[in-house]
Amino acid sequence: MNALTSNASFTRLLIDNKAFLALIVLVAVSAAMSDSFLTPDNLLNVLRQTSINAIIAMGVTFVILTAGIDLSVGAVLALTGAFAASMTASGLAPWLSVPGTIASGALLGVISGLFVAYGRIQAFVVTLVAMTVVRGFALVYTDGRPISIGGGEVADAFWQLGGGYWLGIPIPIYLMFFVFVLCWGVLHHTRFGRHVYAVGGNEQVARLSGIDVNRIKVSVYAIAGACAALAGVVLTARLGSAQPNAGMTYELDAIAAVVIGGTSLMGGRGRIFGTLVGALVIGVLNNALNIMGVSSYFQMIAKGAVILLAVLIDSRSRPSS
Amino acid sequence: MSLATHDTARPDAAEPLMTLQGIGKSFGGVSVLENVDFSLFPGRVLGLAGENGAGKSTLMKVLSGVHQADAGTLTLRGRGVRFATPRQAMDAGIAIIHQELNLVPTLSAGENIFLGREPQRWGRIDWKRLFGQAAELLESLEQSIDPRIPVARLSIGQQQMVEIARALSLDAEIIVMDEPTDALTDVETAVLERVVRTLRGAGKSLVLITHRLVEIFRMCDDVAVLRDGRLVHQGPTASSSEDQLIQRMVGRELADRYPYEPPRLGETVLEVKDMVAPGVRGVSFSARAGEVLGFGGLMGAGRTEMCRALCGDVPRKSGEVWIHGRRVRFVSPGQGLRAGVAYVPEDRKQSGLVLDHSVADNMSLTALPAFCGPLGIVRHARERAAVDHYIEAFRIKLNDPRQRAQTLSGGNQQKVSLAKALMSEPEVVILDEPTRGVDVGAKREIYLLINRLKRQGKCVLLISSEMPELMGLSDRIIVLANGRVSGEFLRDDATQEKIMTAAAAAAPMEN
Repeated sequence: MNALTSNASFTRLLIDNKAFLALIVLVAVSAAMSDSFLTPDNLLNVLRQTSINAIIAMGVTFVILTAGIDLSVGAVLALTGAFAASMTASGLAPWLSVPGTIASGALLGVISGLFVAYGRIQAFVVTLVAMTVVRGFALVYTDGRPISIGGGEVADAFWQLGGGYWLGIPIPIYLMFFVFVLCWGVLHHTRFGRHVYAVGGNEQVARLSGIDVNRIKVSVYAIAGACAALAGVVLTARLGSAQPNAGMTYELDAIAAVVIGGTSLMGGRGRIFGTLVGALVIGVLNNALNIMGVSSYFQMIAKGAVILLAVLIDSRSRPSS
Repeated sequence: MSLATHDTARPDAAEPLMTLQGIGKSFGGVSVLENVDFSLFPGRVLGLAGENGAGKSTLMKVLSGVHQADAGTLTLRGRGVRFATPRQAMDAGIAIIHQELNLVPTLSAGENIFLGREPQRWGRIDWKRLFGQAAELLESLEQSIDPRIPVARLSIGQQQMVEIARALSLDAEIIVMDEPTDALTDVETAVLERVVRTLRGAGKSLVLITHRLVEIFRMCDDVAVLRDGRLVHQGPTASSSEDQLIQRMVGRELADRYPYEPPRLGETVLEVKDMVAPGVRGVSFSARAGEVLGFGGLMGAGRTEMCRALCGDVPRKSGEVWIHGRRVRFVSPGQGLRAGVAYVPEDRKQSGLVLDHSVADNMSLTALPAFCGPLGIVRHARERAAVDHYIEAFRIKLNDPRQRAQTLSGGNQQKVSLAKALMSEPEVVILDEPTRGVDVGAKREIYLLINRLKRQGKCVLLISSEMPELMGLSDRIIVLANGRVSGEFLRDDATQEKIMTAAAAAAPMEN
C-alpha cells in the first residue's frame, strides 16, 4: 500500500515537474552516450558545478515569483566575492566573513528592491542598471585585478567552503541543499512565502488582502542578493581568489534554470524544487557535452535548444487561462 | 418525454433568421449542452436565462464560432453553416459581446472599435475617419466619450459601451450580448434599452443573456431558459411570470427573493466624519453593530471610491474615521484589516481573488497571520480547518480546496472572496456589489450570508446597483451623488422613486 502511494506520488511528481522528466531523460541519454558520465566522481562533479548556478537561481526564483526579474546577480556575485576575498586575506575568520558577505549581497538587493517597490521603476531596468553599476564597483574595488584570499589557517578554512569535502562529498553540494531546504521551507511553509506568491499572482488582490506589497518586493531582491553573495563565497573559495569578471552572464543561467523549472515569468506560479531541477538540467547538459567533446560553440546552441524545448513542453501542459 | 414547455404561438411568426438544432457540446467528457433546439427571429429580442453553469455562455459561443458543437446543426437564412472560427461567424453577420470585456486597455476607444478593420487611406490609417465614425457610433449610444482617450481611463460601464459600439460597427444581423448590463448603472442600462429597441426596429435579431429578470421582461420579446445544459423553456416573455421563470431556472420554487431579517442593533461601531478622498467630497455617516447599511447611487457617485478610501486602499485627504469610539488612522488595507475593516471588492476577478491560485490559498490569505506560529511558519492544520469550516458554512461547491479559484462558478468565487474577508474576523464588512455576475440561486445564498453577518453583530456596508436588492436587504439606505450624501432613508421609508430622486439630485458632471 505504501509502495503504491509513493509510486503514485512519484507519477504526480513527474506530471507536475516536466523539468524533472527532462532531467531523467537527459541523464539516461548521457549515460548511454558516454561510459564516464554515470560514475560517482563525475556525478559529484556535476552537482558541484551546478551548485553555484543553483544557489543563485533559487534566490532569483523569489524575485520571479513576484513577477520581477534580477539581472544584477552575476555582478553582485563578483563584488561580494571580492569582499569575501579581502576579508579573508585580512585574516577575518569565515564565520564572520561569510555572514558579512551575505549581508552585503542582501543590502545590494535591498537597494534594487527599494527602486522597484517605491520608485515604481520596472525591475528589468532597475536591475540592468544595478548590473552595470555593481560590476563597475567590482572593477573599482579590485582595481581590475584578482584578489587572492591569501594563505594561512584562515584562508584554508575559507577555501574549504569551495574546495573542501565532508564524508566524501564536496561542501558546495551541502550548501546547495541547505539553501534548497531553507528556500523550500520559506516558500511553502511561512506566511512570507505565501505572500510572495500572492504578490506575483495579483498585486492588487495582495494589497487588498492586507499584504505590505512593497515590503515583500524589497525582501525578494534582498534574498536574491544574499544567494548571489553566497554563490560568490563558494566561487571565490574554490578559486582561491576573487575575479573582477566573475559571474558574467550567470544571471542568464539562473533565469534559464528558473524558467526550465516551470516558474512563470508572469509571477505567482512556480516551485523551488523546479529551479533546483532546472539548474541540474543545465549542469548535466554542460557536463555531458564536455565529456562527449562537443565544442563549446556548439554547446551554447545545444543549451539554447534544450531550454526552449523544456519551456515548450511545460507551457503545452499547462491549463490555459 | 420532454421537459420543455414550447409555446409556438408567435403573433408575427416570420421565418427564423437562424436555427440551432440538437446542439450538444461537452468538455473533457462533461456534457455542457444537450440536444438544444433554438431559433432566432429578425426584429425580435430573445432573453436567455439560466443559472451560472447552465450553459448559456457556451451556447452563445457555439452560435458565434468560438466553440464548435459536437452534435447538431446550425442553419442561417435557411442554409446550413459551420463556423470554424469567430471570424467566420462575424463575416456571416453574427457579433457577440462577451461577458469579459475584450478591449486593449492602452488603445483608444476609437482604435478598439475598429481594431483589425481600421479605415485606410493611401495605405495608412485614416484617423479622421476612424475617430469620426467612432464618435458617431458612441453618440448613437448616447455616450459623450472622446474616442481618442485610452480605454483604460474609462469606467467599466463606458468600456461596455465601447464594446457595444464595436458590435454595431460590424453591422451584424445577430447581436449577442452576454450580461451587458452587469457593469452598467441604471442610467446606462436605460440607454442600452433604447439601443436594443432601435436595433430591433431595424430588423436585427438580438440575444440578451442576463441575470436580471426585470430586464428580460422589459427588453425581451421571447425568453429561453437553460437548465443543466438543456433548454427547458422557450416562448414569448408575456406568457411567463417572473416567479415562473425563476422556478424554471432553478428547477424548484424559491421562497421570498430577499430573506430580510430585522436587525438586533448594537452600539455604534463605525463613524465617518466628513471624509474627503478622490471622488469623495465630504461624506459623514455612522453604522451600528448588526446593521446592514446600504449605499445607493449612480455609477460615478463615489460609492466604490468611498469604500476604497474607507478600507485604506486609497489615501483619505481629510476627515476622520472612528471605530468603537476610537479614532483610527490606517493608510493601507493591511492596517485597515488590523483595525477591523474588511473590504470585499466589486471586481472579483481583478481585485478579489488570485484566480490562478488554489481556493484554500485565496481564502486564508487575509487571515494568514492568525494561522502562523513563531517565525511566521504556517500551521497547515489550523489553516486547513478554517478553510474547511468556511467551505461548509458557506456551502461552497468544489471538489478540492486545492483546485484553482478560476475553476469555480461566479457565485462560488464570490463566496470564497467573502470567506477570505471574514476569516480575519472584521467588525466592519464592506461589500461592494456582492452579487454582481452571480446567478439567482447563489444570490440568495449570499443574502443569507449577509443575514448571518448581521446576527453575528457585524456592521455591514452594502453597495448595490440593483435597486430591489438594495431595498430588500438594507436596514437603512444612504444615497450618494457626486461624492456627497444626498439622501438617507430608513428601510420602511425607502421607495425606488425616493432613492432615484436623491441619486439624480446632483448627477455627476464628468464625461
